[in-house]
Amino acid sequence: MDNLVILCFAVINSIALLALISLGLAVIFGMMRVINFAHGEFIMLGGYATVIANHCGLNLWLSMLVVAPMFVALIGAVAERLIVRRLYGHLVTTMLATWGLSLFLIGAVTAIFGNTTMGVSAPLGNIPIGAYSIGAYQLFLIGITALLVVSALLALHWTKYGLIARAAMQNSEMAATLGINCDRVYAATFIIGAAISGLAGALLAPISGVLPHMGAAYVARAFVTVISGGGALITGFLSAATILGPVEALLSYFATPVLGQASLLLLAVIILRLFPTGVSSLWIGGR
Amino acid sequence: MVRQVKQAFFPVALVLFAALGPFILEPFDLVNLSAFSAMAIAALGLAFVWGTLGILNLGHCTFFGLGAYAYAIAVSNLGDSTLAALIGIALAVAFSLVLGYFLFFSRLGDVYLGVITLCVTLIFYSFMTSTADPSFHIGPVPLGGFNGITAVPSLNMPGDPQAFLSTEATFSICLLSLAGAYVLLSLLRSSDAGRIMTAIRESELRSELLGYDIRFYKLVGFAVSAAMAGLGGALYTAVMGYVSPNVFDLSQASQFVLWVIAGGLGAFVGPVVASFGFQLLSSQLGANQVFNTELIFGATIILFVMLAPQGLQPMLLGLSSLKFPHRFGILRRKEKPA
Repeated sequence: MDNLVILCFAVINSIALLALISLGLAVIFGMMRVINFAHGEFIMLGGYATVIANHCGLNLWLSMLVVAPMFVALIGAVAERLIVRRLYGHLVTTMLATWGLSLFLIGAVTAIFGNTTMGVSAPLGNIPIGAYSIGAYQLFLIGITALLVVSALLALHWTKYGLIARAAMQNSEMAATLGINCDRVYAATFIIGAAISGLAGALLAPISGVLPHMGAAYVARAFVTVISGGGALITGFLSAATILGPVEALLSYFATPVLGQASLLLLAVIILRLFPTGVSSLWIGGR
Repeated sequence: MVRQVKQAFFPVALVLFAALGPFILEPFDLVNLSAFSAMAIAALGLAFVWGTLGILNLGHCTFFGLGAYAYAIAVSNLGDSTLAALIGIALAVAFSLVLGYFLFFSRLGDVYLGVITLCVTLIFYSFMTSTADPSFHIGPVPLGGFNGITAVPSLNMPGDPQAFLSTEATFSICLLSLAGAYVLLSLLRSSDAGRIMTAIRESELRSELLGYDIRFYKLVGFAVSAAMAGLGGALYTAVMGYVSPNVFDLSQASQFVLWVIAGGLGAFVGPVVASFGFQLLSSQLGANQVFNTELIFGATIILFVMLAPQGLQPMLLGLSSLKFPHRFGILRRKEKPA
C-alpha cells in the first residue's frame, strides 16, 4: 500500500517535472516557432541566481520566486534584442545561434564560478507515509507547476494579452494590419518564456544543486516533450508530459534512471513516427 | 579540364603531405595531426549530409562515438585493428539506418530532426557515464563509465596483431584516409545520385514530384555520413589510445557543427581546413587555460551565424569574384525568410 502511494507520487512528480522544465520552452516554441537551444542554460542561470542571492543573505523564497525569474528575464531580453530578433523566420539559423549562446553561457558561468556544484538545502522537511517519507518541497513543486500551467492557460485564453499573442502567432501579417506591434509581442513572449525557465531552474536548485553543465540534463527531456506535444501550445506539451512522465518514472523505479530517460526518448521517436506534428495534431489537425 | 585540375589539387596536396610529413615534423606534431585528420574525416561526413543533402544532424558525434567505442572494444577482443575499424564503421552505419528509418520515414522537419539527433547523443552520453560498474563489460573490456576505455591498442598490420605501426605510418594512414574520404565524397556528390541529393536539398517537394523517393536518398546519404564518422572515430581512438563518454557530449557535438558552418555549407575543403584550424586553436587554448574553450566556441558560432552565414570558403570565393566596391555587401544575408 505504502509502496503504491510512493509509486503514484513518483509518477505525478515525474509529470510535474517534465511540465516544469518544458513550460518556458513551450511558450517560446509554440508562440514564435523559435527553437531556443539556450533553454537549458536559462534554467541553469535561474538556479545560479537563486543560490547566489541566497548565499548573499536573501530569503530563499524571495530569491527563488522573484530574483531568479527577473534575472533570467533580463538575460532573455538582451538575447532577444541582440540575436533572436535579427533572425526571425530563419528557423535553422536561430537554432544554431541560440546553440552558440548556450555554449557561450556555459563557458561564461564556468569561467566565473568554476566547474563545481553549488547548492542550497531543500526547505520544508519531510512528510512520513508508512515506512517511507516524501519531501514536502516536492509536493510544493507539483503544486506550483500546476499553478503555472493553469495560469498560462488562463492568461492565453481569457486575457487581452493572450488574445493578441494568439493572433500574432496565428497570422502575424493580419495582426500587424490590425495595429498590433508583432515585434513587441514576440519580444514579450521570449522574455516571459525566459522568466519561466529561470523560475524552473530556481525551483530545481534545492533538489539538484547547480552546475554549469546542468542544462544538458534537462534540455533533452524538455525538447522531446515540447516537440512530441506539437502545435497546441499548452495542451500539447501537457499531454506529451502525461504520456512520457509515467514511462520514465516507472522504468526509473523498476530499472535504472538512465533506462528511464532512454525509454522516454524512444517513446517520443515512436510518437513522432505516428504523429509527425505531435500528439496534439489529433485534436487541432496537422499544422 | 582546368576545373578537374583545381578539384584534384586538394587531395593531391594531402597525399603529398602524408608522404613528406614524417620527414619534416616532430613525433608530437605527427600524433596531433593524425588525431586532427581523424576528426576532419568525421567533419567531412557532416559537411556532406548537411551541405549536400540539407539534413541538419546536430548529433553527428553519435556515429563518431559509436565508431570509437566499437573500435576500442573490438580491437581489444580480436587484436586485428583493420577488422576493428571495419566493425566501427559497420556499427555506425547500422545505427544510422535504424535511426534514419524513424527520422526520414516520418518526414520530420529540419528542426525536429536536429533536436532528436542531439537528444540521441545526449542519451548515449548519460548511458556511457553510467557504466562504471564492472558488470558492464564486453569480452575482457570494461566500459569504464566516466573514465571510458583506456590503453586501447593502436593500429597494426592487417592480419598480424603483434606488428604495431609506427607513429609515422599511422600519420600517413590518417591523412591518406582523409584524402580518400574527400575523393569519395566528391565523386559521390558529382554522380547522378549526388545530383538528386542536391535537388532534394533545394526543394524536397519538387524532387518528390519528379518521382524520386526522397526518403530513400536521405537514408543513403545519412548512412554514408555515418560511415565517415565511424571511420573518424575508429582512427581517433587508435591514435589517442583511449575513448571516454565525452565523445558523445554537447561540446563534441558542437565542434563538428562549428567546423562545417565556419568552413562553409556545401563545401568540402572549407570544413577540413576549419577543423584543423579550430583544433589547433583549442589545443593552444587548452594548453594556456586562459580562456574557456566553450566560451570562445559559443561566441564564434554566434558570430559566424550572424555575420557570415555561408561560411568562409563560399564567402572568400564570392569576395574574390566581386569588384572591390561591392565586396562588403556580401556580408549581408541573402537567405529568403522561411
